[in-house]
Amino acid sequence: MSEARDTWKKPPFIANPAIRWAVYLGALGYFLWVGATMPIDWARVADGFGRAGRIFGGAFPPSFERSGLLIDGFLESLKIAILATTGGVLLSIPIAFMAARNVAPLPIYYLGRFIIIVARSFHPVIVAIIFVKAVGFGPFAGVLTLVVYSIGFVAKMLAERIEEIDFGQVEAMKAAGAPFFSTIFYAIFPQIMPRQIGLTIYQLDSNLRASAVVGIVGAGGIGATLANAFGRYDYDFALAITIVIVGVILISEGISGMIRKRIG
Amino acid sequence: MLKITDLVKRYGSGDPVLKNLDLTIEGESVVSIIGSSGAGKSTLLRCINRLVEPTSGSIELNGTELTKLRGGNLRAARRKIGMVFQGFNLVDRLTVMENVQSGRLGYISTWAAIMRRYPKEDIRRAYELMERVGIAQYANTRADQLSGGERQRVGVVRALMQDPEILLADEPTASLDPKTSEQIMGLLRDLAGELKLPVLINIHNVTEAKEYTDRIVGMRYGRIIFDDKPASLDQEAMDSIYSGSPHADRSEDLKAAS
Repeated sequence: MSEARDTWKKPPFIANPAIRWAVYLGALGYFLWVGATMPIDWARVADGFGRAGRIFGGAFPPSFERSGLLIDGFLESLKIAILATTGGVLLSIPIAFMAARNVAPLPIYYLGRFIIIVARSFHPVIVAIIFVKAVGFGPFAGVLTLVVYSIGFVAKMLAERIEEIDFGQVEAMKAAGAPFFSTIFYAIFPQIMPRQIGLTIYQLDSNLRASAVVGIVGAGGIGATLANAFGRYDYDFALAITIVIVGVILISEGISGMIRKRIG
Repeated sequence: MLKITDLVKRYGSGDPVLKNLDLTIEGESVVSIIGSSGAGKSTLLRCINRLVEPTSGSIELNGTELTKLRGGNLRAARRKIGMVFQGFNLVDRLTVMENVQSGRLGYISTWAAIMRRYPKEDIRRAYELMERVGIAQYANTRADQLSGGERQRVGVVRALMQDPEILLADEPTASLDPKTSEQIMGLLRDLAGELKLPVLINIHNVTEAKEYTDRIVGMRYGRIIFDDKPASLDQEAMDSIYSGSPHADRSEDLKAAS
């Protein structure tokens, strides 16, 4: 060692310079290629501005004349969300236990993970289209859709929480000779309960939002009302519905945030 | 009587943690196991109630061979072995009474446990024991509201609720301050006498081991190298138990093998 070193440079993100430049140039090249080859018809885009203008023009002022229809749609959405959350969460609990590596034997663990992956891999709109085909238009398709959606999220998060528990408490129950389910109810449930409640409230809020979306493809609720309003060119009514959806979601998010903070 | 014969525990394909270990605990004696970290004290205790699966050898408790038990028989045998943990292992979000009654989970149905319908005599026994160790006023308090010493008292009462034939304590005082630590050791000694219960305590504090127990077992690198009355534990014995490091032991073994 001779002189004191006084320069330092952060090591590059990708150490090998050849790979580094290949990645940078490759990314840049791809974006240029996409920009050049995407079929965008600028004339139609310009036309679209005019149409959008007409739609918004027709939407003002929003019309609350048929508020009875609006309220009915909303109550239906709320029912869908509550039913789906209840069903989804009840199903999520056993699935979460199946998918937790520290409590489930390996084959059961894979089965549990598989169920969660399947439930997560499709967007609710796609699931809704399938259920609408299977059980027909209406709120029941919406409930089934959101049950699947709830399992995908709640079971996954809950399984992760189960994997994080303090296993010493489980050991203590085992050491006392407690049977399997007694151990789960005494050593695991108390530890995951706060997360469980938080997830349920979050999911209720999330299902209410999603119920508006899946309604558009025929799964009932306010989304169906909105889709009908658009179909009949009732843009002023559609705007009224949109405003109410945004308002209700703001309120429900506020409430659910407050509750989740309380139980922390 | 607890009789351990030729017990071996090996994790994976490495060196055994317990090497052909023999140990007999008779009657209602309080026995402490000392030794540096990694000597196998904890593994030995956990082999007894099968939280750790022994590789070979035999463990007999009052005539029952424990190493071969499975399922319901294993659970029935575990009910007779109380355990007190270093980190207490209480269920923080449950009340003290629920924690104490969890020592009875092996005896009551899962449904009764979920509904908290504990048998009258269990509740009476719980209050008696809680009174005895001075935590009866906390019956409805959540376990995480208690101080360390109080929490370990809950741990002790939970183990005693099992109506055990032996009590294992895995470094029961390591997370406690010196004064509380002595109180818990005194409590374990007194309870052993009152309930005619043999107690096996892993402990790092040699002074406490000498003061509160009838017999000291010194372990080093998976073997028992000292087993006598506390008075016989002299400096030489202490050095042989604690000097050097597990690492040095391992390399000596390698030398002996080559």
